[in-house]
Amino acid sequence: MTFLFYIFAALAIVGGIGVVLNRNPVSSAFAMIVSFLGLAALYIQLDAYLVGTLQILVYAGAIMVLFLFIIMLLDIKSEEGRQFGVFSTAGAVVVAGGMLLIVAKVLKNFEAGEKALTPLKGAAAETTDVSAIGELLFTTYWFPVQVIGMLLLVATVGVVVLSKRELR
Amino acid sequence: MQQEFIPVLIQIVIATGFAVATLIASVLLGKRAKRNQMKDSAYECGMLPIGEGQARFSVKFYLVAMLFVLFDIEVVFLYPWAVSFKRLAVDGGQLVVFFSALSFIVILFVAYLYALRKGALEWKD
Repeated sequence: MTFLFYIFAALAIVGGIGVVLNRNPVSSAFAMIVSFLGLAALYIQLDAYLVGTLQILVYAGAIMVLFLFIIMLLDIKSEEGRQFGVFSTAGAVVVAGGMLLIVAKVLKNFEAGEKALTPLKGAAAETTDVSAIGELLFTTYWFPVQVIGMLLLVATVGVVVLSKRELR
Repeated sequence: MQQEFIPVLIQIVIATGFAVATLIASVLLGKRAKRNQMKDSAYECGMLPIGEGQARFSVKFYLVAMLFVLFDIEVVFLYPWAVSFKRLAVDGGQLVVFFSALSFIVILFVAYLYALRKGALEWKD
């Protein structure tokens, strides 16, 4: 099943390149969603079902909505025609090259980069990680979950009060 | 484990293939218009447009998006609950799993009722 890994890794990378190369910020944001979907598939291949689902629900869903809101406030036309100066191009090259060096060094010098992942121990091994996290959330940590519910309630009230012109 | 995901992959391929086929069909079957800068500009009684016609967005979009984000987070919590419910509450008899989720949903239902009663879900002012 390695070909699945290559398909989704390629999807994530193509999405990432699309984010950088697109001149229109909205197209960049949508390329980012493609990249997120590829990442989510990779997480699921690692048996991290919750992380994969959160990647789609929270990042591709909620965070992208916020991103698009910021983009909405931008002047898209002027962003498209923007030129980059010598200094910013040089800075980008230095940062990207340094990042590449660090990753190459880590992969070359550390054994952990080549080891196979050991399976999880304990409750998570018998069930999936989602089930284990559900057990913790709704038994041991049931009270913090209620607090989060209240927080979401307060946030809903705040949104409605702030953006409704006249309240009923 | 990964063999189970072949149907998901097939579904992705079919969905993408349908979207691509639709787009290609519309290019092949549809009439092609000649585009140039003049034709793309806004037509306002033959006058040349002045400045950017950037549309101003209504705050209603913000309201809908924020409500989506909030209830999206609710779904995030319900997902692990739904997966572990049978094992813990039905087979394990731990009632706290049922009642904590019930109370969580009731709190969020109050939020939904508030938004509904305040008219946040109505598009017209």
